[in-house]
Amino acid sequence: MTEPMLPVPYRVERRTEQTRDTATLRLVPAGPALPRFRPGQFTMLYARGIGEVAISISGDPSTEDGVLEQTVRDVGAVSHALHDAGPGTVLGVRGPFGRGWDVESARGGDVVIVAGGVGLAPLRPVVLAVLADRAAYGRVVLVAGARTPGDFLYRGEFAAWEPSIEVRRTVDQPAAGWTGGVGFVTEPLATVGPFPGRATAFLCGPEPMMRFSAQVLRRRGIPPADIRVSLERNMQCGTALCGHCQLGPLLLCRDGPVVSYAEAEPLLLVREL
Amino acid sequence: MSAVDRFTALPPFSRLTPEETALLTRATREVAFAAGERLCEEGRPADRLWVLESGRVEVGTAVPGRGDVVVQTLGPGELLGWSWLVPPHRWDFGARALTTVTAAELDGRLLRELADADPAFGYALTRAMFEVLAHRLRGTRARLLDLYRSGRD
Repeated sequence: MTEPMLPVPYRVERRTEQTRDTATLRLVPAGPALPRFRPGQFTMLYARGIGEVAISISGDPSTEDGVLEQTVRDVGAVSHALHDAGPGTVLGVRGPFGRGWDVESARGGDVVIVAGGVGLAPLRPVVLAVLADRAAYGRVVLVAGARTPGDFLYRGEFAAWEPSIEVRRTVDQPAAGWTGGVGFVTEPLATVGPFPGRATAFLCGPEPMMRFSAQVLRRRGIPPADIRVSLERNMQCGTALCGHCQLGPLLLCRDGPVVSYAEAEPLLLVREL
Repeated sequence: MSAVDRFTALPPFSRLTPEETALLTRATREVAFAAGERLCEEGRPADRLWVLESGRVEVGTAVPGRGDVVVQTLGPGELLGWSWLVPPHRWDFGARALTTVTAAELDGRLLRELADADPAFGYALTRAMFEVLAHRLRGTRARLLDLYRSGRD
């Protein structure tokens, strides 16, 4: 049993550059392992002497030996230290925290996954969970958007995913040799479906992207209650004590970061929140 | 069911009445393009539109010093071309088939004539086209926001 406020040591076993500013760390327990995570949960990663930030878990949820994969984008002092942490570096880890995507609840229906930029990181466990139990789901579509072809995370994995799920990649700015789509994620999204039966959508990316995408999905017949979004706020304690991550009535470290669009939409339209 | 019939089942055309759909199909024929073939050229008279059934098309423009710049790609179920509806009826962008393309091709001049003769049909057609345009505008504005910008940019 681990204390939720006490980081446990994890060692960086491998560091994989994803893009020019994003890297995936494979972390192995250097002591007691944290409890197993569910897709969509996050940890608080602590770079010793520098600080702690919330990072979604991007690894395979079927992993049983406590190993974590976390994809870090270099945006500030703490994430810079984490991003640059090479093999052997020991980091502190707390968690896993938050409600996950609840992928299980989508069984028996179609699945739409919409990822923008680094939003693909928290959704990779969804993709892997679906692939591991592919027969339990109907049509599965992944629409992923990025600024340029070089900004896609997990570029080497798409080929392995594509035989089992439909993958549509689109970029804002194409480069020479790019054979995927050009345009915002809402463009390919408008041509998937309609979904006459039950479908569940998982969205992660910048908030405006999720809002625009949810509107398209609603027009394609998916009700807001079946559209889930992952919301980023200032996570500090991870245990619903400090209040930094408050969004209206929600404390996102506990009640999120994944919430239904039915819950999120009215909150996202309040500027002060 | 032909490609002509199939595109009328797609939004936004699916909201037209049977009578309006019949007028629309009068102006429609099935076409195919080979990979690399150009569908339209920037600046030339625009007198048609396409609803893609299979394959992919890139929409682009020639930028001095940068060559042909792709602004968007379109695929099955998507509509290509609205310049036929808006004066001066010249293509704003060029389009090229990236793969073999099959499509329903609609005669823009005939559609304008039909719309002038039957304002109710004209309104329904314009509303359908406006829906597509509004969707494209939202997507374009979202791209202008540069939402995926990196902390290093």
